Amino acid sequence: MIIRKSAAELDQMARAGRVVEETLALVGEHARVGVTTAELDELAEEFIRSQGGVPSFLGYRGYPASICASPNAMIVHGIPGPYALRDGDILSVDVGVTLGGFVGDSAYTFAIGEISAGAQRLLDTCQAALAAGIEQCRVGNRLSDIGHAIQTVTEAEGFGVVRSLVGHGIGRQMHEEPQIPNYGEPGRGPKLAAGMVFAIEPMITFGAPEVVLHDDDWSISTADDSLAAHFEHTVAITGAEPRILTRAAAGLLR
Amino acid sequence: MPVKEEKIEVEGEVVEALPSTMFRVALDGMPGTVLATISGKMRKHYIRILPGDRVKVELSPYDLTRGRITYRHR
Repeated sequence: MIIRKSAAELDQMARAGRVVEETLALVGEHARVGVTTAELDELAEEFIRSQGGVPSFLGYRGYPASICASPNAMIVHGIPGPYALRDGDILSVDVGVTLGGFVGDSAYTFAIGEISAGAQRLLDTCQAALAAGIEQCRVGNRLSDIGHAIQTVTEAEGFGVVRSLVGHGIGRQMHEEPQIPNYGEPGRGPKLAAGMVFAIEPMITFGAPEVVLHDDDWSISTADDSLAAHFEHTVAITGAEPRILTRAAAGLLR
Repeated sequence: MPVKEEKIEVEGEVVEALPSTMFRVALDGMPGTVLATISGKMRKHYIRILPGDRVKVELSPYDLTRGRITYRHR
């Protein structure tokens, strides 16, 4: 059952979302050549707690850190560690914050130093796919309209859409119903209604969409070792425009 | 943090071995066959699959015509 949130609950989620956005922006500022992903994780955890929040990922199903830091061919769930960023890397960072009983979840793929034109196109396409997905978050649309829009934008650029990982409903729990795939035919699934809140997160690949799980049982990379991008926002369905809870009006990140 | 897509696990029998380590599998209780690949874990351990084998297949609820063989029964 998709839990619908009241106006007051959405405002609380927006507060959590704001901390998520600021954490991501902070990580982005510090994500430079030579910095390790462990350092970024420490920074994020400290900031989240300073805002009165709790890192949602830490201890979630046994996950050992506050952020996911996934470089290059790694798609998601990269465990922060001694990996030092190099010029030309792309780094996907995923952050979750629990504040006031509600969770905010957002992700951004950062360019480290000078990246290739192809990598930049991958990043731009993933952001455009996310925007297209968010655009579908309107009363009266159906759930699969979101994934269909994301798939259309992504495959128009010749990139792959990861199938085995999906977006999700979000609220008091990080993962709530429904599952939100980033592909599919339109017009299927439940009708969208005001108060529903979704974490929409396209994960796209430069090459084929198949994935492999690493021995740490968490990090997931492209099977063909091609670059992968990941962008995410927590979005609420309203009677009017979709409300992006992890982006304040000005938008700290591009 | 994304979630792993929910999968449906079914049992079936391998009907045909196709090129590129793909297989046609007849699933119990379902008409017709699905096109299935071998899971990475099975490839890693060089587990052989032949027509007639009873296998466990993972299907995505969003595409019931394709699956992944995750286990071969003795």
